[in-house]
Amino acid sequence: MENRLYVSPGPHIFAKGSMPKTMRDVIIALMPAVFASIYFFRARAVILFVVSIVSCVVFEAVIQILMKRKVTISDMSAIVTGILFAMNMPPALPLWACVLGCFIAIGLAKQLFGGLGNNMFNPVFLGRAFLAAAFPTFMTTWNNPITLDATTGATPLGMVKFSHDLSVNYANLFIGNVSGSVGETSALALIIGGLYLLARKAIDWRIPFSYIGTVFIVGAIAGMVAPADYAGGLFYILAGGLLIGAIFMATDPVTSPVTKKGRWIFGAGCGVITMVIRLWGGLPEGVMYSVLLMNAVTPLLNRLTRPRRYGT
Amino acid sequence: MYNITAMFEKTFRGGVHPAQHKELTVDKRIKSIPAPPEIILPLTQHIGAPNNPLIGPGDVVKEGQRIAESESFVSAPVHSSVSGRVKAIRNFFNPVHGMARAAIIENDGKNEDEPFVAARLHQDFTGQGEDPGALPKEKLINIIKEAGIVGLGGAAFPTHVKLKIPKGKKVDTLIANGAECEPYLTCDHRLMIEKTGKIIKGIYLAAGILGVKNIFVAVEQNKLSAAFAFEKTIREIKGSSRQNIPIRVTVLKTKYPQGGEKQLVKAILGKEIPPGKLPLDVGSVIQNVGTCLALYEAVYEGKPLIERCVTLSGSCLREPGNFIVRLGTPLKDAVKFCGGFTEPPAKIIAGGPMMGITQYTLDAPIIKGTAGVVFLSKKETEIPEELPCVRCGRCVDICPVNLLPTEIMRMVKYSRWHRMEELHPSDCIECGACSYACLSKIPLVQYIKLAKQKELKKK
Repeated sequence: MENRLYVSPGPHIFAKGSMPKTMRDVIIALMPAVFASIYFFRARAVILFVVSIVSCVVFEAVIQILMKRKVTISDMSAIVTGILFAMNMPPALPLWACVLGCFIAIGLAKQLFGGLGNNMFNPVFLGRAFLAAAFPTFMTTWNNPITLDATTGATPLGMVKFSHDLSVNYANLFIGNVSGSVGETSALALIIGGLYLLARKAIDWRIPFSYIGTVFIVGAIAGMVAPADYAGGLFYILAGGLLIGAIFMATDPVTSPVTKKGRWIFGAGCGVITMVIRLWGGLPEGVMYSVLLMNAVTPLLNRLTRPRRYGT
Repeated sequence: MYNITAMFEKTFRGGVHPAQHKELTVDKRIKSIPAPPEIILPLTQHIGAPNNPLIGPGDVVKEGQRIAESESFVSAPVHSSVSGRVKAIRNFFNPVHGMARAAIIENDGKNEDEPFVAARLHQDFTGQGEDPGALPKEKLINIIKEAGIVGLGGAAFPTHVKLKIPKGKKVDTLIANGAECEPYLTCDHRLMIEKTGKIIKGIYLAAGILGVKNIFVAVEQNKLSAAFAFEKTIREIKGSSRQNIPIRVTVLKTKYPQGGEKQLVKAILGKEIPPGKLPLDVGSVIQNVGTCLALYEAVYEGKPLIERCVTLSGSCLREPGNFIVRLGTPLKDAVKFCGGFTEPPAKIIAGGPMMGITQYTLDAPIIKGTAGVVFLSKKETEIPEELPCVRCGRCVDICPVNLLPTEIMRMVKYSRWHRMEELHPSDCIECGACSYACLSKIPLVQYIKLAKQKELKKK
């Protein structure tokens, strides 16, 4: 026969969808929040996005070349990391710090562990944790939205925690007209993105559901027990990095469990740690540490929640 | 009233939903492909002990004449599907094994048939118009063995072995498997519509041999026409038959691998077959509906297994359909009968596209286990690039036997054989649903097969 025949083991047909397509879905899902951040933080947000995406892609390519690996920037995972990194940064962050953070995220958290799929910790949050430890001032300097006035420690969570100012404007909190990290403020935009991801089956609903649910329950109980000190359950969902964390960070499949049961525990664990830090810790926000800590127990969760052996 | 249990479709946990593509052939009546000028009969076409040839080059054989057999109980003889002269016995292309010993027989076109040797076994009974189905079960099992019948769903395990229940085991349920969950394949569906009565008689034969109390016919929801055909025929024969065991037609969810033995038993009986055990161990035996038809033909018509119904399908084929094909017919003759190709195929698959085996030549013959041959175009098939696993968990969600394919794959990649046992790769039914579902197109089932082999070697 003239034409060549493929010979391979089965299956010979494959489900629709692929890993790069899922990455593309995540990028699409991030767009509402990206536009919201650009609206609220103007040029600062644009600059951070550009610097962060370019550094992540360049670091990925350069490190892969240096480590004599195949360059895989076409899988778009570095772009996702870049977008999410900028979204988790305060608007006034010096650009050199942003580049350094991206280096930690791509170089240390991702490539050193073996590249995509092999990292233990969420690269964005590991990079952010590095910056928070090395440059705490930069990481706690917040700007008011739109006007970009510098106001220190005035995120909604900070106001509640340190000033016991419980006069929360829920409308502003919902649309994102509050100070905070570039991409975390608009609950509306993040929820739209989350619904898109769920519709595209790009994330499992169990993690955001159990994460947000746990935060709501713990927040509501705290609000009822000590109404003078703590705001209610809804506040703790809308404020700070909870929604971006629950929808986009904790759901990173690489660093979360592969079993359904494991995902329930993972989400609930993130919620508990977040609220412990927020209510009793020294920091106003705990999303980053909660996700990193739960990343660390993910291999254990995978082991403990193995499905029952069939027929036993 | 139809008593089809379609109120809610029974099924198993996990599984995938590949595009069916059954519309290509499902409405085509079964046609016979004429015997080709030359047939290639692999000497062994079953799972079990290999056969030895009974003939040599130059011998003249008749249609239905036994040409290879084995002393072993777990074996099935092979019969010539044409009359003619044996050209050679040598290694030849084999759809399952790449190369295997085969008899090459020139068809003389005389269609001289030899009375099936087993037919003589019950001459005394049939002569007086008695029902051969009433023969003692040892004799029936012997006829089935003599007829060379194997599981026609694809596994090709000798049927008489499956019907002989080992001492100490009790069987109360027979499931006739018409699930046919592989995409493209419709030969069982067509047989169930066109040969309903004979299949039912075959089912009663198997049920009688096994002495079961419960009989189920399992079809997927996309074969309701087959379910209705069964219901209708069952009602028609009710009065005339002395068989009083009711056949329950059960409609299952259309989902791959619904036709797997473990999945059928779970869906119909709600029982999980324990690791390393057979349906037998939970009191059931499963027979493919095509096999049931072969049982009927052997016992009532004295016909050994020399032909079978095959689905020839795929977008490359000009006239896809379902065909009765003489065993040993080379693919090229079958393709010619289907009007040739509309475009050159990129993959030729013996079996379905999920578990089938790719062929590299059209000279390979159709054998007992070939339920279908699918010709896929370059657009329909691919050999995708393997990307890194991002641990999305799809393979874990869909594995029908609760495995963690991604974890097994990692253990294989990092050669952590000492920790493999705890992941039970030996439970894998090799359905390939994990590879199908994988977002990174990792051939997970291949990694699991590797782990399985290593585990077996350890023991």
